[in-house]
Amino acid sequence: MYAQMIKSEATEDDPQRLAEFQARIDAGEKIEPKDWMPEGYRKTLIRQIGQHAHSEIVGQLPEGNWITRAPTLERKTNLLAKVQDEAGHGLYLYCAAETLGVSRDEMTEMLLDGRMKYSSIFNYPTLTWADMGAVGWLVDGAAIMNQVPLQRTSYGPYARSMVRICKEESFHQRQGFHIMMAMVKGTEAQKRMAQDALNRMWFPALMMFGPSDKDSVHSSQSMAWKIKMNTNDELRQKFVDETKPQADYLGLTIPDENLKWNEETGHYDYTEPDWNEFFEVIKGNGPCNADRIEARQKAWNEGAWVRDAMMAHAEKKRGAKANGAAQ
Amino acid sequence: MSKEWPLWEIFIRGQHGMSHRHVGSLHATDAEHAIKNARDVYTRRNEGVSIWVVEAEKITSSSPSDKGPMYDPARDKIYRHPSFYDIPDEVGKM
Repeated sequence: MYAQMIKSEATEDDPQRLAEFQARIDAGEKIEPKDWMPEGYRKTLIRQIGQHAHSEIVGQLPEGNWITRAPTLERKTNLLAKVQDEAGHGLYLYCAAETLGVSRDEMTEMLLDGRMKYSSIFNYPTLTWADMGAVGWLVDGAAIMNQVPLQRTSYGPYARSMVRICKEESFHQRQGFHIMMAMVKGTEAQKRMAQDALNRMWFPALMMFGPSDKDSVHSSQSMAWKIKMNTNDELRQKFVDETKPQADYLGLTIPDENLKWNEETGHYDYTEPDWNEFFEVIKGNGPCNADRIEARQKAWNEGAWVRDAMMAHAEKKRGAKANGAAQ
Repeated sequence: MSKEWPLWEIFIRGQHGMSHRHVGSLHATDAEHAIKNARDVYTRRNEGVSIWVVEAEKITSSSPSDKGPMYDPARDKIYRHPSFYDIPDEVGKM
């Protein structure tokens, strides 16, 4: 999903308190904002929830690209509702991160200057309308797979925002699949367009789960703290297993010759994505990294006077009210 | 330069007859603005019939470290529950 390669922060707290904290987590208790927590737990969560929030916000851009060009009014209203949901999801998550002592503006600034990341998937372009189908079906599908277990994460505000998000997100995947169903029933050209979207999105979607477990160095502490609930490869396998029959239903071919059912494991074998490409995209060298940050920077800069003016207006109104009351 | 909008806690009455329940928070310039934003952020799917907004810094909350002294005294007062009192069956429903 939306949090990849979250570096666990080392923690230098009193061993006694750390042990008590771990016992609370092991007992399934939720940690709330005012509770004592190790510094590493707090920092890792800020990084993870922040990256998740940024992904929701930046994730509006590739889909926003097609709102004005949706093929029918109904598709347009559906897509608009989905993109609006993503804004809401970003807000829930920013608020959850803020309970850990970081401000909204700080997080935005860290996104803009590259100190914080967002999911690699949003650095790929959406070239045709079929991409709206593939994004909903695969990208939201992968996101849900990661977010459902996070409803049980140890940090209360994060878990609660995940519950809301999961409730809303299943519509996203369905609307994407619905677009794909219409495309594959259309003309030959439309069917080709659907296949092309799947071809381009498949491996980037697999990358959403983060690097292979053997290269995933930050997992064990996060899993002990229940910030991360499953390993990257577990979730990726689950995604492949669930998606293959859906592709079959659509009559589309997943672009992987090695994708085969394995009787022994009870799972599909599949080819791992090109991890060099993944690390390049994370480093900022994907096809759309520069565009995405430029768009966010522009919105931030051009919205500054609106944010200031609204605050000034509210203060003026408060002043007038106080004066009125005094007289 | 820019000052961040204050944080508001949002409470929503899900349906008639229920209490308002905390659903989350958001930033807004004033109470009226907070209600408008809460409508967009927290009631996109008919989740509510009424909204309360409270500026987060105006809320006073108990401290987690007081958990023991605050709540433990209630633990041994089992006579506050109806099941403490045995009433013979022949008395009927009570």
